[in-house]
Amino acid sequence: MLRTSFHFPGGVKPDSNKEASARDPIAFAPLPERLALPLKQSAGVAPSPVVRVGERVKKGQVIAAAEQWISASLHAPTSGRIADIGNYPLAHPSGLPAPAIIIETDGLEEWQERPPPDWQRLAPQEVQQYLQQSGVVGLGGAVFPSHVKLDAEARMEELIINGAECEPYVTCDDRLMRERAAEIVSGIALLRDLTGAGQTLIAIENNKPEAIRAMRGAISEHRENFTVVTLPTRYPAGSLRQLIYALTGKRAPFNVLPTAMGVQCFNVATVYSIWRALAHGEPVARRVVTVSGNVRAPRNWDVPLGMSMEALLQLSGPLSDTNGLIVGGPMMGTFLPLTNAPITKGSNCLIARSPRLFPPRPPESPCIRCTACAQACPQGLQPFELYWWSRARDFDKAARYALSECIECGCCAYVCPASIPLVHYFRYAKGELAAAAREQKMADDAKSRFEFRQFRAEREKTEKAEKLAKAAAAQAAKRAAEESAASGEPENMASQEERH
Amino acid sequence: MMLSSPHLREANSVPRIMRLVCVALLPGIAVYTALIGPAVLTQIFLASVAALFFEAAMLKMRALPVRRFLGDHSALVTAWLIALTFPPLSPWWLTVTGVFFAIVVAKHLYGGLGQNPFNPAMVAFAVCIIAFPALMSQWPAQGLTLPFEQQLEIVFGFSPRIDALTAATPLDAIKTALKTNALRVDNIQELLRSQNLYGTFAGRGWEWVTMTYLCGGAFLLLMGVITWHAPFAFVTSMAAAAAICWLIDPSRFSDPLFHLFSGGSMLGAFFIATDPVSGCSTPRGRLIFGCGAGLLAYLIRVFGVFPDGIAFAVLIMNICAPLIDHYTQPTVFGLRARESDT
Ligand code: SF4
Ligand code: SF4
Repeated sequence: MLRTSFHFPGGVKPDSNKEASARDPIAFAPLPERLALPLKQSAGVAPSPVVRVGERVKKGQVIAAAEQWISASLHAPTSGRIADIGNYPLAHPSGLPAPAIIIETDGLEEWQERPPPDWQRLAPQEVQQYLQQSGVVGLGGAVFPSHVKLDAEARMEELIINGAECEPYVTCDDRLMRERAAEIVSGIALLRDLTGAGQTLIAIENNKPEAIRAMRGAISEHRENFTVVTLPTRYPAGSLRQLIYALTGKRAPFNVLPTAMGVQCFNVATVYSIWRALAHGEPVARRVVTVSGNVRAPRNWDVPLGMSMEALLQLSGPLSDTNGLIVGGPMMGTFLPLTNAPITKGSNCLIARSPRLFPPRPPESPCIRCTACAQACPQGLQPFELYWWSRARDFDKAARYALSECIECGCCAYVCPASIPLVHYFRYAKGELAAAAREQKMADDAKSRFEFRQFRAEREKTEKAEKLAKAAAAQAAKRAAEESAASGEPENMASQEERH
Repeated sequence: MMLSSPHLREANSVPRIMRLVCVALLPGIAVYTALIGPAVLTQIFLASVAALFFEAAMLKMRALPVRRFLGDHSALVTAWLIALTFPPLSPWWLTVTGVFFAIVVAKHLYGGLGQNPFNPAMVAFAVCIIAFPALMSQWPAQGLTLPFEQQLEIVFGFSPRIDALTAATPLDAIKTALKTNALRVDNIQELLRSQNLYGTFAGRGWEWVTMTYLCGGAFLLLMGVITWHAPFAFVTSMAAAAAICWLIDPSRFSDPLFHLFSGGSMLGAFFIATDPVSGCSTPRGRLIFGCGAGLLAYLIRVFGVFPDGIAFAVLIMNICAPLIDHYTQPTVFGLRARESDT
């Protein structure tokens, strides 16, 4: 069954640079002596540690448990001893440390008993809970806990499996589809049953013919009716909203969840980990990471979470002029110095930088309103207007030009001849708008608190005044009564009643 | 060091865009020079030197990095457009005055590259034609071939401005015919032919200059420097206006083809109405901008007092551009869902 795709606006076609790292099969990284597992590895709330320093843990054992719904548990990627629980640096440009669990590995790879659930018999809620406890989150980069996405009661019209992998350099999904297609297809079948989707579409960019062939092969072997849709290679084809549109023609605004439009979307690596969790009882404690760029042997590595980026980079042999890393793809990833920050569930790719591969951006020059950015924007925005107003610090005006719809894909800054770091301005403006909104809310809250206090004080004052007046009146009455030589009891009763 | 994504850039730059515009003008310049003589090149050289001088001076005064901004070649584009729209045998000081108004007033006093609301080259043309209407109307007679030395002498004021300079351009000829109304010829084409002004499909010789501007414009389209909207709308609206008048009274109005290939039409459509800074920035806005400019240019050149209408038409549309942009904002990708769903 052939299916054509809808054409989303804009987009760019940077050199894919995928061939080098896609050539060789996924290799297993040797076990490091020490793993650092930051608690927060997913969107939502970080799980809480359930181990003590000095305790011995087994492979696959829960070391931090999810306590809130939008949260996922964390597991020991191998057996060893908890060396420390404390603040350690993260793969974040700020370099600020964050809470992490440090494991000294013992090399025994001793598994925790973890029988796979009889998932066919589980109620949907139980499946969700099991996935949460298995630490399954979106491995495409957004790291949103997967069980939350299966929450929808409504039946989905389309289930979309994202194997587009549109970022240059990144090939981990490509290799995964080539090598583990059967398990991915089993996982898709499971998700199809869970979501009740009428139609299952697997999106792969046409620069991955082998992955397409592998997936089609596995589908026919499993006698499933999934459709592999070949997308023209154009960044950001794998971005959620662009992908949904390309496959279904449905357009989702930023504040509408795809599920509200009857679409559910999972990344292929996530589907794989869902399958491993339900069919093999295996929690998410490893992931496939592409190591590419300025290295001798670019390839994909199957890596235990917590391995240091520096150590992983060394496995592929960085060249001598390597001057840093890009974590994630070059279009949306983070620019870091060489770091021993750990691999987490969200790290899909490490790119070794060099001045030759990633020359520094020339200094910004004035915008000439050439509208190259607008023609490249997949969200149909006018980036130069957003830039103009962000720069003028008129953030409300920027908001009116739909700043919130910007997905920070970087297409605009990629094409800008004036070398303006547009996305940087947009992040800044969004931050300012969010801060303004927070301040507004705080001010509103303070105002209503103040008004309530005022109201209460007023009320107390009037009550007091009334009381005083009554007391005075009572006194006067009493005095009058005494003066008339009678006892004061009845009046007292009257004032008592008033108080209620 | 913290740097924001994306970490890749397309190999494009403002200097490259400006260079491409210059390259696109080259064929037109070559044919123009073949037609008129080396005075054209002299004017281009003169305007370029003046533009770079004024640009550097203004950058220095505004305490901006002179070398970097001078290297963006935007002043060069302005200079070339001035040299190509002014009469080729204009005295040197007229060209320099034009460049002064373009670079110093229209560009830098309004905030420099990217901020100018008016097209600098068109400001230069408008200012000069108001201040020096006689000089700005002196186009060399068709077929006038002067030796280079004499052209130089005229440009630099060493020799008197001869009568041959004041010949009527085809556009002038039609306008005069329209005004005097005393024609005894069947139609305007006959008139032009009788005065030996008419070539194959427009002004003799000049038609090939405008033809090469059209080719240059096509090159810019191919290179993605401009979009099709403004030129398409410009050409269409001018042709439509000309066609209507022509169909009503072919004895007094000339045919659309003649208008499209006369005066500054093609230069205006592809090199001036497409100026990103002072023009419209939305696709629909550019259609409106081009439409308005083409129509106004036709009306001014046929019914107005000036020999050609491109400059004023473009300046008027420049004033409207922000408003047009405001009302033609494209729909944001995700937001169209709400409309199409209802
Ligand atoms: S691409 Fe750059 S120079 Fe062109 S309009 Fe956009 S921001 Fe301005
Ligand atoms: S980063 Fe934002 S403004 Fe720029 S192209 Fe992407 S969505 Fe459009």
